[in-house]
Amino acid sequence: MDVRFYLSLAAVLFVTGVYGILTRRNAIGIMLSVELMANALNLNLVAFGRYGAGALGQVFAMFSIALTVTEVVVGLGIVVLLYRSRHDVMVNLASEMKR
Amino acid sequence: MLATVAVVVIAVVLIATAVAVVVSDNLVHSVFWLAAMLITTALLYVMLEAPFLAAIQVMLYTGGVITMMLFGVMLTQRDPGSRVPSASEAPGWAAPVALGLGATLLVAIWTTPELAALTPTPSGDAQKIGHMFLDRYLIAFEALSVLLLAGMIGAIVLARKGDA
Repeated sequence: MDVRFYLSLAAVLFVTGVYGILTRRNAIGIMLSVELMANALNLNLVAFGRYGAGALGQVFAMFSIALTVTEVVVGLGIVVLLYRSRHDVMVNLASEMKR
Repeated sequence: MLATVAVVVIAVVLIATAVAVVVSDNLVHSVFWLAAMLITTALLYVMLEAPFLAAIQVMLYTGGVITMMLFGVMLTQRDPGSRVPSASEAPGWAAPVALGLGATLLVAIWTTPELAALTPTPSGDAQKIGHMFLDRYLIAFEALSVLLLAGMIGAIVLARKGDA
């Protein structure tokens, strides 16, 4: 199995995430798509770790996982705040960042 | 041979679950498809000889992130089971943009000769990863702990009831 197979798989996942971000209007749906893209990134890191970089790939993937978790925590906090002020989390209704 | 078949099957399931996350009309279903996709990715990590990372993936992502996402869905939808408009009101240029990006990435991957020359090397085990975290990447590791703390405090301050 070639490293290019894993990179192509990650590219397909990433593009799926991009499509999700472009089509979703719900803030949580957009965050799920961002998770897809972050997962594609991690897959790339692990694949490069298996093909040349050794343990460094996994170390970087773990840093990336921790960063993604932080992003989810802060993002969900913002979404909850958005819901509290607007009673809706559709991003096209909240294009201006004020009450 | 058997490993190749397993990887191809995992790849097909991975793409199917990823598409389901994006096109599902029900956000709760979408979150559970994401959980399926993350577990499938963990299987792929096992095939890439990174079992420690696979365990981290299942514990942190499917354990932590999916739970938080479900809380997010339940807290922000008046009727969590209801249908959310997704593809119905999508901009028409979304699919061409995504397909163009995907085609560009695939061409770049399959026309780069350096990638074809890469051969499998032993992935590090948990012991090696631990040594790297606490030796060469200690500063980054500690900075990451501070970032996690800052994210946690930030989320509490943002989502707290009161004068927010």
